[in-house]
Amino acid sequence: MTMKTYRQALHDTLRAEMLRDENVFLMGEEIGVFEGSYKITAGLLAEFGEKRVKDTPIAEEGFTGAAIGAAMLGLRPVVEIMTINFSLLALDQIVNHAAKVYGMFGGQAKVPLVIRTPGGGGQQLGATHSQNIELYYAFVPGMKVVAPSTPADAKALLLAAIRDDDPVLFLENLALYNTKGEVPDDDRPAEIGKAKIAREGHDLTLIGYSRMAYIAKNVAETLAESEGLDIEVIDLMSLRPLDRETIVNSVKKTHAAVVLEDDWLTYGIGAEIAATISDGAFDYLDAPVRRVAMAEVPMPYSKVLESAAMPTNDDVVNAIFQTLEAVGRRLKKVGQSHD
Amino acid sequence: MPRLSDTMEEGAIASWHKHPGDHVEIGDVLVEIETDKATMDYEAYESGTLSEILVSEGATVSIGTPIATLDDGKSAAPATPAAVTSSPASASVVVPEDAPAPLTPAKMAPEPASGRTAPAPATSPGASEHVASTVPRGHDGPFASPLVRRLAREHDLDLSTVSGSGPGGRIIRADLNDLLSETPAPATPRSVSRAPVSSGPIVDEKRASQEITVSKSRRIIARRLSESAQTIPHFFVTAVADVEELMEMRIDLNERALAAGQTKISVNDLLIRASALALREHPEVNASYVSDESTVLLVHNRINVGVAVASRNGLVVPVIVDADRKSTSEISAEAKALAAQANGKGLSIEQMSGGTFTISNLGMYGVEEFTAIINPPEAAILAVGTTTREAVVVGNQVVPRRRMRFTLSADHRIIDGALAAQFLQTLSGIIEHPWRIVAGDA
Repeated sequence: MTMKTYRQALHDTLRAEMLRDENVFLMGEEIGVFEGSYKITAGLLAEFGEKRVKDTPIAEEGFTGAAIGAAMLGLRPVVEIMTINFSLLALDQIVNHAAKVYGMFGGQAKVPLVIRTPGGGGQQLGATHSQNIELYYAFVPGMKVVAPSTPADAKALLLAAIRDDDPVLFLENLALYNTKGEVPDDDRPAEIGKAKIAREGHDLTLIGYSRMAYIAKNVAETLAESEGLDIEVIDLMSLRPLDRETIVNSVKKTHAAVVLEDDWLTYGIGAEIAATISDGAFDYLDAPVRRVAMAEVPMPYSKVLESAAMPTNDDVVNAIFQTLEAVGRRLKKVGQSHD
Repeated sequence: MPRLSDTMEEGAIASWHKHPGDHVEIGDVLVEIETDKATMDYEAYESGTLSEILVSEGATVSIGTPIATLDDGKSAAPATPAAVTSSPASASVVVPEDAPAPLTPAKMAPEPASGRTAPAPATSPGASEHVASTVPRGHDGPFASPLVRRLAREHDLDLSTVSGSGPGGRIIRADLNDLLSETPAPATPRSVSRAPVSSGPIVDEKRASQEITVSKSRRIIARRLSESAQTIPHFFVTAVADVEELMEMRIDLNERALAAGQTKISVNDLLIRASALALREHPEVNASYVSDESTVLLVHNRINVGVAVASRNGLVVPVIVDADRKSTSEISAEAKALAAQANGKGLSIEQMSGGTFTISNLGMYGVEEFTAIINPPEAAILAVGTTTREAVVVGNQVVPRRRMRFTLSADHRIIDGALAAQFLQTLSGIIEHPWRIVAGDA
């Protein structure tokens, strides 16, 4: 085990995979000479050369399409799209080609493509650069979407994504790049489609992914200390395939659930989780499933408004308290304070 | 659901005599209600039009639950529900419910600024509270979480007796703690509830256990008997009486009765009066333990003897009031009438109330002796066996004599062994000198 940041874990894994398999190569804007907008690819151009670390024009549709072609012919491209917001320009390539090729051509060609891209607000990047639109890809059969919340999971899921024969959207998060954690030194990929019980508990199931899984774990630990609550945290890890079994089994045990997401509430991933719970654990629910999401606005630029729009620890705590009160636990409300 | 007896906690609708739209006059029979003791007609205390039936036939609800709405024509909105309230003693029995607050449509559009948690209509407890308090109470039973409904199914719980502490009065898992602690947890819920006493692997459907609905009165009997057996320290004393003379006398009495056009007197009729006379001599047996907190016990001056009857409608205990003051023929006539009524339309609550002592006779089935469970708040019950011919030593000879065994179950909290024995000694004495039973008869 080595203590490292989420950023470093991604960097080291990319490098290790490039060393392991010469078919692995990188494409993206500013990833070579500039070493990546978030420095994930720092040093890789120097080490592997231009053939394997390709700086591209500002043309997402073009380089994503080129990567799909390369993947169909046997390479294993790892594309970096600077933020998930820019992936909208490549939407047709991703949805209509990467996700469809294998099925439409009867399995004659696979698309072992990885698109790494960070989501997340909170950096004062404005409405067009602060979105969480992974849902657009999780919606599409033929795609896989994974979303690690820890450095260790970032490594394990990136190993799995690169080695997977299907196109994988690998969701990173701006707010997680500097978080630290122990990372195994082994070479063991995660199983895509498997959620993780990040914390075992009996009082309530708290479900999140990416940054909201990180918040979920923090809130659960805080409430364990301050209130003696025993909250189970599920880190989804994969949005498609979705590990419905782990979700349902947990709610069958706890009888209540709060779902967290960093995107908008309406039609969101939380709605899918809530429906999954209603489907699989209806007879075990003692309270309605509650969802915590961001405000239904284009993300404001103002720091104050941006903070107000994003879901906070307090929002999560209040949703947990409301749900626990609905099942007969009496708890005191927290104020709007620490974040 | 009106309270029709002191011990009534819930009632079942046996049948509706009026239907929605029917005009109802004061005194009209609205509905037949099955209580813990009897099925009773419930009459309208107000006139009006029956606008809605809220509890359908066969359903059981706790007292105080509205069972129908009666429109008296006075309210502005014709559909304002009026409820049949719980107490027939109150001056006005048909009371309009609190006028429901106008149902403001819940905001359907999510509010952007506060949209961080789910918008109210679908998921917030506030929304369900609103719905719960304003929807007319016509839905089937109380609001309960899915978990609670499943547990109720698996453990056969009656949710109408549970008050919900969740949002909007929703019954939540925490509200079932008491009920569930009384119910043994099924290991594999489904199979256990379907085959509770299966003695082995179920090989085919025909031979599997089947579910039979437990009637209201049977459930009450079950509860009462468990309570009695679990809380009253029973002890049992058996005595035997020579009934040669009693049998001779009965033949004689019945010949006379037949000649006079009266009904035949049964051995049980004679035992009712004999017990009443024995109780008069031992009033401490004709008593009631009040409670652990009470510093007194009750000794009853009136001697009301209940008779356990296995009627077509289940076990009932009609009471012969003042059995010590009635002649044998009166007792006989009354007992026959009560038994016939028990097998027919059923007994009224009054006819089953006020007992101070009970006789249970299984002699007609050839049972030699048995023990019975006390019928609270009484302190004793007499279990009577059959008459058998036995070899008895009389003087220096063994002779065949007809004898009868009876066992007194007594509440040891207020009756001791010596008292029980003395009571039985007195009773045996009366039975063996049966002229004492009829002495004083008119």
